[in-house]
Amino acid sequence: MDTKLHHAIAEITEIASSFGLDYFPMRYEICPADIIYTFGAYGMPTRFTHWSFGKQFHKMKIQYDFGLSQIYELVINSNPCYAFLLDTNSLIQNKLIIAHVLAHCDFFKNNVRFSNTRRDMVESMTATAERIADYEMTYGKEEVESFLDAILAIQEHIDPSIIRPKLPDYNMDEEETEEVVRKTPYDDLWNMDQPADAKRISIPKRKKFPPSPEKDLLLFIQEYSRELEDWQRDILTMMREEMLYFWPQMETKIMNEGWASYWHQRILREMDLTTDETIEFAKLNANVVQPSPTSINPYYLGLKIFEDIENRYNNPTEEMKQLGVKPNSGREKIFEVREIESDISFIRNYLTKELVKQEDLYLFEKKKGNYEITDKDYENVRDQLVSMRTNGSFPYIVVEDGDYGKNGELYLKHGYEGTELDPHYLENVLPYIYQLWGRSVYMETVVDDKPTVYAYDGKKVSRKAI
Amino acid sequence: MRVSEKEEKQFVISQENWSLHRKGYQDQQRHMDKVKEAIKDNLPDLISEESIIMSNGRDVIKIPIRSLDEYKIRYNYDKTKHVGQGDGDSQVGDVIAKGSGEGEDGQGKGKQAGDQAGKDYYEAEVTIEELETALFKEMELPNLQQKEQMDIVTDKVEFNDIRKKGLMGNIDKKRTIITAIKRNAMKGKAEITPIHNDDLRFKTWDEVVKPESKAVVLAMMDTSGSMGAFEKYCARSFFFWMARFLRTKYETVEIEFIAHHTEAKVVPEEAFFSKGESGGTICSSAYLKALELIREKYNPARYNIYPVHFSDGENMTSDNEKCMKLVNELMDISSMFGYGEVNAHSRYSTLMNTYKKIDNPKFRHYVLKENRDVYQALKSLFRKYETST
Repeated sequence: MDTKLHHAIAEITEIASSFGLDYFPMRYEICPADIIYTFGAYGMPTRFTHWSFGKQFHKMKIQYDFGLSQIYELVINSNPCYAFLLDTNSLIQNKLIIAHVLAHCDFFKNNVRFSNTRRDMVESMTATAERIADYEMTYGKEEVESFLDAILAIQEHIDPSIIRPKLPDYNMDEEETEEVVRKTPYDDLWNMDQPADAKRISIPKRKKFPPSPEKDLLLFIQEYSRELEDWQRDILTMMREEMLYFWPQMETKIMNEGWASYWHQRILREMDLTTDETIEFAKLNANVVQPSPTSINPYYLGLKIFEDIENRYNNPTEEMKQLGVKPNSGREKIFEVREIESDISFIRNYLTKELVKQEDLYLFEKKKGNYEITDKDYENVRDQLVSMRTNGSFPYIVVEDGDYGKNGELYLKHGYEGTELDPHYLENVLPYIYQLWGRSVYMETVVDDKPTVYAYDGKKVSRKAI
Repeated sequence: MRVSEKEEKQFVISQENWSLHRKGYQDQQRHMDKVKEAIKDNLPDLISEESIIMSNGRDVIKIPIRSLDEYKIRYNYDKTKHVGQGDGDSQVGDVIAKGSGEGEDGQGKGKQAGDQAGKDYYEAEVTIEELETALFKEMELPNLQQKEQMDIVTDKVEFNDIRKKGLMGNIDKKRTIITAIKRNAMKGKAEITPIHNDDLRFKTWDEVVKPESKAVVLAMMDTSGSMGAFEKYCARSFFFWMARFLRTKYETVEIEFIAHHTEAKVVPEEAFFSKGESGGTICSSAYLKALELIREKYNPARYNIYPVHFSDGENMTSDNEKCMKLVNELMDISSMFGYGEVNAHSRYSTLMNTYKKIDNPKFRHYVLKENRDVYQALKSLFRKYETST
């Protein structure tokens, strides 16, 4: 078995290279199920401890134990690239997974969104896990856990732009002059209620703070919250770092899975499979790329778009030819697409009218208690798909005012574009933000077409229309 | 086991021993602990949860744990348009999934399911047993008395001793080996072999004789017009847990239901909780009935007797003195006397006022203002005697 597996990997690697896939050196680890599902739940072989990972792990493990889960591919964006194989996989299952993860690795290495991701994140997260474990020893498990609870609630609200200036130093000069003016021998009395080591930032008067809306809520809190201890700031920094690492995977889900599915099919076609293997592969593949009536299967949709691009660029229309597209340039084109696009631009640029029709995509929404198809217009389908993939599928939140009411309160704004927030969840997240910020927190959004502000003052959540 | 690193450096396959990697299980345990904590914190709400009381003791119930969701800022699923995919002939207007009004998740919605009110929290499956363990930890049996022993005894076999002689099937391997090692060690080498006959150790049993204990609950409730659904529900969940609690302490627990308004009668359970009557209230009638039952069926020499009376406190004023007298009489022959008053609006209650004067450790009372007070009432009625009495 092991030599067979070894030969298979060697063969697949060779075929992949001949197709032009460009990947990091690979490390395949063969693990038992509970290990694979642990890594799956944490997203990484070693990560800090939190009960939510345990909950996820339990869920995955149960599905596996009941035989409900399909084969599982787990690959880490790192150099060398780690891929994990279940020790009970059949040879053909492993062949499929290996071809699949090689293409993922190619994507990690070449897609521009990943260009800033740290390829040593496995080690970095291990170090983070140790640091957080240390803080647990020093400050208590409960204390650290409750802090992690709060950060995890808002961890997606970072600014993942590839090119981005650091958070501007807001008028640091002015601040200093103000402090000088205020210096009296009794000034320290004003700070008696603050922990001595907390960073004090006095806020310039009458200036907008931040000057323009700030997307990176995590960074803003990390820099300007007066509530945080040093160790908390440290954890916040590390968690933000981890989110920056995971973010490109969130915004290229459809492309990345489509790319990997495209290649596992192409690669396995080149291999000499036995009859049994061919049948099992067909079954496995059909499972992976199965469309769903109530959601989008990223494996399937991504695959179809890539195939469609290749097809159209292999047989360009007259119009395309005039624009310089050469016949049979499909393969070249999809390599270019995998390099420069993310899900949003991928869908916007390449989900064509014909493809929407061919794949029978539609919009559905809740109507009188049931979920009903409401629209089949291709532009609406495409635009909704784009808008739901925007910002990694999370609502777009910015810090509007970090000194609201001249009282250091935090005023956040939801960039409403037709989709409301889940009010119950919002009401439960606000207390977490309060916990991090230390003063009242506001969230402006739109409910039933009316601008509405949710507020939490440390005691209760209130809501009013404005 | 390293398989290869030779021909190509492009890949390495390895298989390590992962048996010490327990992280997933550790955090899973932490999650379970949090579920348990949440159960404990929510005990007052949980034990008056209707699904439990109505479950007739079904083993597993689903209860909402509100604190264990991982909250994020997210979109309102039901107010959003979603993209789906048909098999080629979908039409506008086709229903593709049932709404989740009935508590079932619409299929394929995965994590986003359950935005509708009342369903958006983590549902834990909890066995009634777990709830009981948490609840009964806080309850004590007051004034336990050894009753007449001759009645029935139960035999139990408990393996609780080790001897040198015994049946081969009952050999205690661990102790045998330890003895052998010890003896061999004295001769210079701490080894298992040889094992001598002298080293053999056997588990043996004792016969344990336990007197059977019996208890009877005399559940009395005011069913007059003033007792509404809420008052009855409080009484019902109280009796539900009380009976279950006593069952953990006694071999057999019997319950008699005595409903009363101006007169009292023994009724079956359903009637007890569903029957509503009009008219005034004379509580002493129930106490008389209870005394009568005790005389006829439940000899205090053999039974631990727990009369518990639930009322809204609106008794005929002229009856109060008589009640006093009868309660004292009941207390003489009972393990305790419980009085629960369901009084949501803090009305002035003549009965409670009278009972306040009772100074007897057997007398336990509690005023319930809302559902969750059932928990406090249970704790208050079933607490140990203060040693000072």
